Amino acid sequence: MEKVIRLQPPLDDEQVKSLKAGDRVLISGTIYTGRDAAHKRLVDLLDKGEKLPIPIAGQVIYFVGPAPAKPGHAIGSAGPTTSYRMDPYSPRLLAEGLKGMIGKGGRSSEVKAAIKKYHGIYFAAVGGAGALLAQRIKKAEIVAYEDLGPEAIRRLEVEDFPVVVVNDIDGNDLYEQGVAAYRRD
Amino acid sequence: MREVNVEQITRTVADLCMEANYYLGDDMLAILEKAVLVEESPTGRTILEQLQENATIAADDQVPICQDTGLAVVFLELGQDLHVIGGDLEAAINEGVRRGYEEGYLRKSSCHPFTRKNIGDNTPAIVHCRVVPGEQLKITIAPKGGGSENMSKVVMLKPADGIAGIKKQMVEWVEQAGGNPCPPTIVGVGIGGTFERAALLAKESLLREVGSSNPDPELNQLEKELLEEINNLGVGPQGLGGRVTSFAVHVKMLPCHIASLPLAINIQCHAARHKEAVL
Repeated sequence: MEKVIRLQPPLDDEQVKSLKAGDRVLISGTIYTGRDAAHKRLVDLLDKGEKLPIPIAGQVIYFVGPAPAKPGHAIGSAGPTTSYRMDPYSPRLLAEGLKGMIGKGGRSSEVKAAIKKYHGIYFAAVGGAGALLAQRIKKAEIVAYEDLGPEAIRRLEVEDFPVVVVNDIDGNDLYEQGVAAYRRD
Repeated sequence: MREVNVEQITRTVADLCMEANYYLGDDMLAILEKAVLVEESPTGRTILEQLQENATIAADDQVPICQDTGLAVVFLELGQDLHVIGGDLEAAINEGVRRGYEEGYLRKSSCHPFTRKNIGDNTPAIVHCRVVPGEQLKITIAPKGGGSENMSKVVMLKPADGIAGIKKQMVEWVEQAGGNPCPPTIVGVGIGGTFERAALLAKESLLREVGSSNPDPELNQLEKELLEEINNLGVGPQGLGGRVTSFAVHVKMLPCHIASLPLAINIQCHAARHKEAVL
């Protein structure tokens, strides 16, 4: 957790390759939101061979369902949701060129394998720090699935959005390594 | 007999929904401050400091501490000498939730279990009502997010499993939950009663002041032992490793059937929110 890396999506293989578990990263630029229901719809479209409503190659998806924005705010509180619920869908999106995912909590072995295979990266943001993280989101607009309410896909413009690398392409897992370092038997 | 109009109940519930989501309790703020001092992991300390900053931003801007403003869990203590007038008590509570979540810019998270279609107004509230002596109505709102709630469970242990079995289940479960319930957590434990009562005991235990001692010496000892074992897991803030996995363990216990030993675990994330009012 020493060096702080700045990233601006879209990300390419080289950028992803240089990221290691434990790296602190500040993301600026465009990212997309998506939770379970939106992921299901994206994968259903891929299964039918149809076009996705958002670009996916090189992009970063943030697993979040924000609170409604108060007047004068770009967005309401917006911390990460638990990532394992996206596990059934993430390998498929990584195969389509998705590069980054932001959430909280551990991922399945299938997702970790897909991260290695397709050169993806999984970041964690601090769960429950929704008010703080919302301050780093400068703009938000719904771009797909408005009917899903908080679960609609939004395009966010972020500035110095703080995350930490959890799973990298070398198979490292910060959850496993961090816990092992502080365990007392 | 005292009378209370449902409109007053609705207004109170609406205000409590907002207050609970914007303001972390003093007990939580105090325990966060203590945790920063004992956390050995630099990552863990950074996270705890972010949580303190987050609580300040939420209170100052009156925005939710967490985007998951939960299902509205409502505990009522209804005095038996109080007469609710002007309408239906449960409908009044649901109307309060509807208003509070709309006026407060809180996220509506209730949906149809199969279609996942959002209900749109965060109803129905999950209402637990106990009739007590007196002529007052105590309303406690405890919004609970999905992340930590999903890491909860009820297990029906064998009487022979005893305290050792209870501790084993608890520690293993907190370890398995890892970073998912947004640690540091408060681990609510319900022991005894029946299947459903144990779950409610676990949830009720989360309403106790964090960091306070259990008045029952036996349970107080159990809480201390469990907390030590849980914090030795190394799970740490957000599951990224560290000393502070849980702030506290809260146990509630009731007698159970001679054949049974129900155990319920209701994990509460660090955004431990609850506010109460007495009418």
